[in-house]
Amino acid sequence: MADNIRTPVLELRGISKRFGAVQALTDVDFEVYKGEVVGLVGDNGAGKSTLVKCISGINTIDGGEIRFEGRPVHIGGPKDSAALGIETVYQDLALCDNLDVVGNLFLGREQRTTLIPGVVQPLNEVAMEKRAIEVLRSLSVSIPNVRTPIAALSGGQRQSVAVARSVMWNSKVVMLDEPTAALGVAQTHQVLQLIRTLREKGLAVIVISHNLEDVFAVVDRICVLRLGRRAGTFDVRGTSREQVVGAITGAEFGGADAPGMVAGG
Amino acid sequence: MSTMLNDPRLITTESGSGGVLGGLRRRLANADLGTLPIILGLVVIWAIFQMANANFLSPVNLTNLLLQNVSMGTMSVGIILVLLLGDIDLSVGAVSGLSAAVMAVLNVKSGMPGPLAVLAGLGVGLAIGVLQGVWITKLRVPPFIVTLAGFLGWQGALLFVLGGTGTVNLRDKFIVGLTSTFWLPPVGWIVGGLFIVIYGGVALWGRQQRLAAGLSAPSRQVIAVQLVLVAAGILGVIAVLNADRGLPAALVLFIGLIIVFDLLTRRTAFGRHVYAVGGNAEAARRASIPVDRIRIAVFALCSTLAAAGGILGGSRLLAVNQSSGSGDLLLNAIAAAVIGGTSLFGGRGSVWAALLGVLVIGSISNGMDLLALESPIKYMITGLVLLLAVTLDALTRRRRQAVGR
Repeated sequence: MADNIRTPVLELRGISKRFGAVQALTDVDFEVYKGEVVGLVGDNGAGKSTLVKCISGINTIDGGEIRFEGRPVHIGGPKDSAALGIETVYQDLALCDNLDVVGNLFLGREQRTTLIPGVVQPLNEVAMEKRAIEVLRSLSVSIPNVRTPIAALSGGQRQSVAVARSVMWNSKVVMLDEPTAALGVAQTHQVLQLIRTLREKGLAVIVISHNLEDVFAVVDRICVLRLGRRAGTFDVRGTSREQVVGAITGAEFGGADAPGMVAGG
Repeated sequence: MSTMLNDPRLITTESGSGGVLGGLRRRLANADLGTLPIILGLVVIWAIFQMANANFLSPVNLTNLLLQNVSMGTMSVGIILVLLLGDIDLSVGAVSGLSAAVMAVLNVKSGMPGPLAVLAGLGVGLAIGVLQGVWITKLRVPPFIVTLAGFLGWQGALLFVLGGTGTVNLRDKFIVGLTSTFWLPPVGWIVGGLFIVIYGGVALWGRQQRLAAGLSAPSRQVIAVQLVLVAAGILGVIAVLNADRGLPAALVLFIGLIIVFDLLTRRTAFGRHVYAVGGNAEAARRASIPVDRIRIAVFALCSTLAAAGGILGGSRLLAVNQSSGSGDLLLNAIAAAVIGGTSLFGGRGSVWAALLGVLVIGSISNGMDLLALESPIKYMITGLVLLLAVTLDALTRRRRQAVGR
């Protein structure tokens, strides 16, 4: 891949994380490039969530180094990662069902106009609605009316709104936690298409998923975690599903000697 | 937006006069009737009482009906704010009594001028609200418990403040004038006319802004129809009031409060955050909304409005006594909010529900008084109406979920 000669947007080296007696992550390396979609897979308890939380700042790392655009950075909390331009869309989406699409996209970052400075600053609904339509259109998300409450949207549309909210504030890295877990066939297709659009826009996308079908459909590279260690990295081209499953489970037909493997961990 | 995708299940606001009928038909089909059932219910209630007693719809009685309920309605506005968060405040009745008592004692016994005494009463409400809000958010005690304790505690404080006398009669011109001032007919027409002009102006200005930004906007016909309906309603009310003593200052105060709080909840970031906390507090927190500060502010507003309601109640009664703010006032204020369509589970409802709900509760109470019904029957009928209103709401909500809303 041509991107590999450049510096990764986000690079983790030798990350360790311990919770009491449990060594959740041991010496994990991970990297993602601009305009790349990386699938982060692994069995339950393999350390996927811990790794994501270390990147988003919910957990702080015990050892290792995080580099962002080549510079070493310290991520001590969610605010640090947000300031760098790292956004996470969690499985529960964190949307307010009772608010409309515009209200959710701008939640906590509402645009206001000033009638009386400091005292009367009503919401600038017109500007927000206009920007919401632009953002959704640029991501090819079809929502007929941005004034529809979230409660009236399909699962795929909700996921799209959550993703749109995470990328509309100049973010560079987006992490999606199980983005297709609760979706039907058509809606899964819709969300995968949205992930491809993010890649075209030059974002670095990390997809955490159990669903290898979806992972193979959309990612460029697969990073497998097993028991808190990196069990392998595969280029999706030239890799079979069996090899990835093997790396996840530790079975003998996959593992370190797999032919499609690049830059092993 | 309609060019992007057309899914008939999803609600779109079309422009053009056909959009109104089409929208109404779709809302009927989806059982999303909004305030229509309440208004119809009110019409039925009024028709029944008018048939039972020809004086019910007389200008005198309608004016009294409004004045009787301004106090409860003001408290209901505060309750609605708390309900929007998904919380509850059981202390509003006691807080209203205590604040009115502080005002009355300061004015009558200490000789404090009326306006200052009123401000002091409001200050008591504000302080109580902040205290309860901080207690709820920082010590993480459920609002039900904190305000239940307040319900008992502030009642005690009321008795303490009133002391041995038990009743304080109000004579102060300003305080009594809050609910006994009527403006001459020309003033009523001017106020009503101004309201209509501002309403129409804001609607047209909003349309202009949306069109300038390239967004969909209601057509001129739709705005005209809405304006005619609003104007007819306002002028009708003014005509009725003018046929009696004129436009009551207390009504202007009440409607003004509703408008201010409607704008606060729907048109400001603060209001948006209140709805967000009520809809999904965790999502609000992750969107870096200061959830605790929002809740403290809402409990403070609720108690301040309760104090305002208590002061208006005292002004109307011309006295503050040991039973001020007690009895069924608290439950009626909550019932009015719920009848008006505010969800008990947070995130749904509007401040205007206070007006509609209070009209329903107040009309039933007033009508039964005219018929000289006994208290036991009044309680049972009010309870039945509350049950019916909420059941209707629950049924339409279930229907709405069934059609995917």
